[in-house]
Amino acid sequence: MHFRKTLALAAAAAALSLAPAAHAQTLTIGLGTEPTSIDPHYHNLGPNNQIAQHFFSRLIEQDHKQNLSPGLATSWKALNDTTWEFKLRKGVKFHDGSAFDADDVVVSFHRGGNHPNAKSSFGLYTKGKTVKKIDSHTIQISTEKPYPLMPVDVSNIHIVSDKNQGKWEGDYNNGSAAHGTGPYKLGKWVKGEVLEMVRYDGYHGPKPHWAKIVIKPIKSAPSRLAALLAGDVDFIDQVPTVDIARLKKNPNIELSQGVSNRVIYLHMDQLRDNPQYIKAPDGKNPMKDVRVRKAISKAINRAAIVERVMEGIAIPAGQLLPEGFFGRSSNLKVEAYDPEGAKKLLAEAGYPNGFSATLHGPNNRYINDAKIVEAIAQMLTRIGIKTTPDTMPKSVYFKRGKNKGPKKPPEWNFVLVGWGSGTGEPSSPLRSLLGTYDKTKGWGSSNRGLHSDPEMDKILDQALSTVDDTKRAALLAKATEIGIGRNQGIVPLHYQVNTWAGKKGLTYKARTDERTVGYDVTPK
Amino acid sequence: MTVFIIRRLMQSILVVFVMSFLVFGGVNLVGDPVEMMVSDEADQEERERVIRSMGLDKPWYAQYGIFVANALQGDLGKSFVYGEQALGIIVQRMPATFELALAALLMAIVIGIPLGVFAGLKPEARTSKVIMTGSILGFSLPTFWVGLMFIMVFAVVLGWLPSTGRGETVQLMGIDVSFLTFDGLSHLLLPAVNLALFKISLVIRLARAGTREIVHQDYIKFARAKGLSQERVILVHLMKNIMIPVVTVLGLEFGGLIAFSVVTETVFAWPGMGKLIIDSIQSLDRPVIVAYLMIIVLVFVVINLVVDVLYSILDPRVRLQDVKG
Repeated sequence: MHFRKTLALAAAAAALSLAPAAHAQTLTIGLGTEPTSIDPHYHNLGPNNQIAQHFFSRLIEQDHKQNLSPGLATSWKALNDTTWEFKLRKGVKFHDGSAFDADDVVVSFHRGGNHPNAKSSFGLYTKGKTVKKIDSHTIQISTEKPYPLMPVDVSNIHIVSDKNQGKWEGDYNNGSAAHGTGPYKLGKWVKGEVLEMVRYDGYHGPKPHWAKIVIKPIKSAPSRLAALLAGDVDFIDQVPTVDIARLKKNPNIELSQGVSNRVIYLHMDQLRDNPQYIKAPDGKNPMKDVRVRKAISKAINRAAIVERVMEGIAIPAGQLLPEGFFGRSSNLKVEAYDPEGAKKLLAEAGYPNGFSATLHGPNNRYINDAKIVEAIAQMLTRIGIKTTPDTMPKSVYFKRGKNKGPKKPPEWNFVLVGWGSGTGEPSSPLRSLLGTYDKTKGWGSSNRGLHSDPEMDKILDQALSTVDDTKRAALLAKATEIGIGRNQGIVPLHYQVNTWAGKKGLTYKARTDERTVGYDVTPK
Repeated sequence: MTVFIIRRLMQSILVVFVMSFLVFGGVNLVGDPVEMMVSDEADQEERERVIRSMGLDKPWYAQYGIFVANALQGDLGKSFVYGEQALGIIVQRMPATFELALAALLMAIVIGIPLGVFAGLKPEARTSKVIMTGSILGFSLPTFWVGLMFIMVFAVVLGWLPSTGRGETVQLMGIDVSFLTFDGLSHLLLPAVNLALFKISLVIRLARAGTREIVHQDYIKFARAKGLSQERVILVHLMKNIMIPVVTVLGLEFGGLIAFSVVTETVFAWPGMGKLIIDSIQSLDRPVIVAYLMIIVLVFVVINLVVDVLYSILDPRVRLQDVKG
């Protein structure tokens, strides 16, 4: 065999392949996800939105902690309870040179809510809103009822040029219509292979460091990590927790970590009287009793889960959002581990010898999800609730665990799920996870335990129509205290912490919304 | 032969039709694509809109009817995820996979056959024992592990070769190929060897077994007695006769290489069809899964046909006829 020759070839090849990485102005990122389109209104999902925000700006931007800051709108205020006014930035140009004005905003809001091919539409944010052009750089958005979440909703709509009306995802994917006002222009996109972005010199914000960002989708976690160690990419997301301890010792690697807005929690069936997956001696559904739900919460050693299962990379949770977010309750603490107290509560509820249940969970959706399910099953068994863990791939899990309302409840009675709050405040999880199922209001779509408390519903309703921030924060905190503190409608476990890794000298402002944004990766 | 081929093609159509039913039915039993697609925050109304937009509100037999009607006009449906023609997405990924599969096949032949013949001719030699032991390793080591080890050794530790992805491509007759550039070749090497390892071992074993059997045949002895050179005896008389099992197995394995190089493509982030199918299965992109399997059925049918034709060329005793009865 021409082994020598092969070696020489290999060495030369390596030298060549490393050449572009040596270029200091280019950042190569290995991503665990891939967008389904460049069209910013096609698919409202993290992997798409994180790419879209490189190309397209929004009226209001969300920083890495989901705080709102001026984007294409320089200022905004509520004129009254139902009308908001936005002053638009002047002198902004799209990548194709056309000027940005109020017409683009009107078109973008309409398009976002009515994209005919959208896989998950932005109608969520545009529904019930009327966008009106006042002059070329002023718009007003009005709603029928008072709507305090207006700025948050507006910060989710990417602005496209009105020149490209009638163009859909195909034209964006091939680049012909993919013109935004964002810091980067689309270079080329080969699905599954590479996405290249080039810095846009006419960007209205601060000039980003990288002249070019190259994104490579590498879904397999060990391969992604190997690509970083081999120097093929400069930066990766979704670092597996098992590797973090070892990476910390690697002098060539820099880790960036931050808590996310995603809470991992348990739903307990509070609807059915004869649950299939819960067997109690009296034949009833013990989980309808708040004392039993409290006992479950007390029986879980969150610190142990964080330390052992999550390798220390998570934060124990007592409510829906971690510290620092708007509308949190300062009274709710993380439930202390108290197996004796849990047993006492079970006895009080009439189950001194416990009962048996099956805990269902996904095994490829959240960080270490299957291991968490197993750990909890053991902890609950210790206080007398004989729990069988049952995990499956998310594609199967979310079909069988789907909630279609009280008439068609999820197949299971006791499940582990996670929730990331896109709005950066607790109203979205309160509405979806704890709000009484109501199709017309759009509440309770993920209320898999079918929890219902009219009192909490009322306070939440009130919060959702209170424009004053202080008052609303207090109402949201109160609703959380009722839903979780008093009723234990769900059992929060922990907040996920995400980890990014880059070459020595690269830092990243870890984002609470879990997104990877290339221009936020900066040299020290 | 023409009649044979025509009849074969007609049988294939039936196979494809039955497959379409099985596959379509199968993927419709598993999971809920809408739950995979929508944002967590989508409310009930939005979920229903997505269900309608993908035609999932209709009963499965109606969906199948629509699928067949469209498929007959060459339209295998639009990807749920990308919103583009499923067939187009697959065809886009084809060159990468074919390139990888052909490279692996080539290695299997070029490395496997000489080593196997050598081991068959000199079964007692130390080298032969090393070859055979090596082939056991090639068989038994799991592909994903070997792939990761390759990356660890050649990319991370030694830094000779890139760890993931496909290199620079150039157009060859309208198709993007990467084996004509240096960067492309360097990216191709590790995944191709990884994929080829099992096939090389397989070919070594087949070639060795064939050689050992044939080397004792009368016509080999006769050829030797005639005074033919060793090279001629091996290259013409022996090789031709060991090729039949090798061609059969390689033909089928080539289909496998194209269809299911899933593991290698995932480990090396190779943008081929295998990675596409695994991604599509994970996101429940039913139209792509169905279209993919339909194409794979066609590929297997064609490969089998080619193998049959090759037989008749390699072995004149074989006549292309259908077995009756």
